[in-house]
Amino acid sequence: MSTQHKFKPSKRSLRSMRKGLLSLCAALLVSVTNGSAMAQQAPQVGWPEKEELKFGFIKLTDMAPLAVAYEKRFFEDEGLYVTLEAQANWKVLLDRVIDGELDGAHMLAGQPLGATIGFGTQSHIITAFSMDLNGNGITVSNDIWAQMKPNIPHENGKPVHPIKADALKPVVDKFKSEGKPFKMGMVFPVSTHNYELRYWLAAGGIHPGFYAPHKGDTSGQIDADALLSVTPPPQMPATMEAGTIYGYCVGEPWNQQAVFKGIGVPVITDYEIWKNNPEKVFGVSKGWADKNPNTHIRVVKAMIRAAMWLDENNNANRSEAVKMLAKPQYVGADEEVIANSMTGTFEYEKGDVRDVPDFNVFFRYNATYPFYSDAIWYLTQMRRWGQISEPKSDNWFMETAKNVYRPDIYAQAALALIAEGKAKPSDFPDFGSETGFKPPQTDFLDGITYDGSQPNAYLESLVIGLKGDTKI
Amino acid sequence: MFKSASIPIMVGNVKSGLDRTKWGQFSASLILPILGILLFLGAWNGVAKNIDTSLGQFPGPAQVWEQAGTLWNEHNAQQEKAEAFYERQEQRNAQRVAQDPSYQPKIRPFTGAPTFFEQIWTSLYTVMVGFLIASVIAVPVGIVCGLSKSAYSAVNPLIQLFKPVSPLAWLPLVTMVVSAAYVSDDPMFSKSFITSAFTVALCCLWPTLINTAVGVSSIDNDLVNVSKVLRLNALTHVIKIVLPSSIPMIFTGLRLSLGIGWMVLIAAEMLAQNPGLGKFVWDEFQNGSSESLARIMVAVLTIGVIGFILDRLMLLLQQKVSWDKNAVTR
Repeated sequence: MSTQHKFKPSKRSLRSMRKGLLSLCAALLVSVTNGSAMAQQAPQVGWPEKEELKFGFIKLTDMAPLAVAYEKRFFEDEGLYVTLEAQANWKVLLDRVIDGELDGAHMLAGQPLGATIGFGTQSHIITAFSMDLNGNGITVSNDIWAQMKPNIPHENGKPVHPIKADALKPVVDKFKSEGKPFKMGMVFPVSTHNYELRYWLAAGGIHPGFYAPHKGDTSGQIDADALLSVTPPPQMPATMEAGTIYGYCVGEPWNQQAVFKGIGVPVITDYEIWKNNPEKVFGVSKGWADKNPNTHIRVVKAMIRAAMWLDENNNANRSEAVKMLAKPQYVGADEEVIANSMTGTFEYEKGDVRDVPDFNVFFRYNATYPFYSDAIWYLTQMRRWGQISEPKSDNWFMETAKNVYRPDIYAQAALALIAEGKAKPSDFPDFGSETGFKPPQTDFLDGITYDGSQPNAYLESLVIGLKGDTKI
Repeated sequence: MFKSASIPIMVGNVKSGLDRTKWGQFSASLILPILGILLFLGAWNGVAKNIDTSLGQFPGPAQVWEQAGTLWNEHNAQQEKAEAFYERQEQRNAQRVAQDPSYQPKIRPFTGAPTFFEQIWTSLYTVMVGFLIASVIAVPVGIVCGLSKSAYSAVNPLIQLFKPVSPLAWLPLVTMVVSAAYVSDDPMFSKSFITSAFTVALCCLWPTLINTAVGVSSIDNDLVNVSKVLRLNALTHVIKIVLPSSIPMIFTGLRLSLGIGWMVLIAAEMLAQNPGLGKFVWDEFQNGSSESLARIMVAVLTIGVIGFILDRLMLLLQQKVSWDKNAVTR
């Protein structure tokens, strides 16, 4: 809007002319004296097709790469003038990316996949950048915690972690026998939180319910022991305080907020459910990416630099990042609440602070690389809970992942950064040999192995959930 | 809203009750309002101390004042950042031109988040656009309804049907229609702005329409007869007779409409995410920091004060254009 436009031409244009001349002279001088170096410095990636961009985000600490790329001027270094805008909820955010009001956004890993296969709004969304690993938690209200606590083994007066949903099962059974629905919140039907919460509940024998989109049932509550529903992240604590839900799965700072407000107790982090699970991605529409290939690579370049900065020197920059995120235009929660998880600790029950150094991972372990195997895990969960109602072949999983996850764009951005000396080849996977599949992963809460190249076999190994030819 | 409503009413009541000494006038116009405000601040302070929310204590006047200062400082800091942004941009443009002589440098507007004061401006601008759209529709339709009994009977059920509809009910419909109808590659206005403005227009159409119709239909019969004797054609009749005589009522309607529009706007902005005061309140609510409530309270008071000022401005305008200077307007 024009209200932000404060262009005063008079004095500035004179100054700029002088500056322009100066830098022109400097550039000429450099090119004359050091012609070969200049040629190498010439940008590998072409100039951006679109320079003024607007990106959306949800108020969560894992939007940090966007805030850092803006505040540290990594976007400007790429010749991009980016405006960051908080969005009301995930649906609004996705709709605005689809209709072009936003050029791109901080998205749930399941959103580009769900949109592309047509669960919810159908639109081809792609991602070339994974924003972080981990960062979520499951919180229950004080009342539920009091009922769960006797079922949890203790050591030295403290509950033994990780806490499994087995401890919650008697509570849910009690609710069921009294005819009361046991309600929990998650942030979006295709959110990582939905799948993590379902994984945790199902691993403890609590059925989280099926979706049946082919019958028009997208509530996800068929056969459910625990009824899950959607609440936007920042409203989670207030909704639980109001008694509408008894617990929720959400990203930070909204689990720590419950501790600070004294209204609930986080029972488990997603790091304990699946070590180093992929969380948010940076999504853009396919149409936008086709129209602005250079811009897209440059955006990814800036965000890789931001992610590197966030994990640099053993999280040394995290406290500066916390200050950044606490500003009202970004996450806006109190600094100490954000700091709790961003600096490698997590407070469970009030006073029970434990070290979780990898609670938020932005760059290490190749966190930013868009692995096909990550995409396929989300697709298996969509199948498991009926969001994909028909059986699909292993090949279909592979093709869908390749349609949405774009490591080729990531590689171009990373190679450009290496050529500019802003990153080392050792920071990235070896692009020559990388297949996009992580080796079979065993770090799940229930010990079940996940091999991304065998999605249907993986589905067979899960006890609760659709598999093979089963249909609702 | 509290302030804007209470002060004029109080002054009015007290005026009629007191004897007309100078002291009475002085106290009525100055001392008593101040006393009222002080009492309110005291009561607020007392009550606030006893409300504990999960975001901490409810803010009292002192905390709110402090946050008002913080918002002002943030505004200044943002201005400085904008200055630096433009300087950097010029350097970058120059660098780019040096590398790529075909490049047409251009200065882009500051990309930082709008400050509280810029958001106030956005809100005012949005409400004015919505109000203008509503007035442009409502006044002519109102005149037609006032002139013709049959037109009035035709339109009246619609007015009664749509008048009580809340902006929150309109908003999803307006949003979808705007998304579908307003498609352009380089839009001049953002969709959120258009959605908010149209929602405001839909809600503040009705008072102007009704008051215009009533004003037009109650023109003195003598005047109508004069028009008939002079054989004025329809257009001249409207311009020379109808408009001048119904102007006081039209302006009463406009004033009511603007008041409603300002109230509606805040809700519309919250949902449409138009970067005005409504979005400010929503964002602060979402932030849930220990300062959020005080910052929201600053916005609440600002909304009240601006609503009050808008109302006074409309009143002044109404008195200016009204031929009946003795008409009671308050």
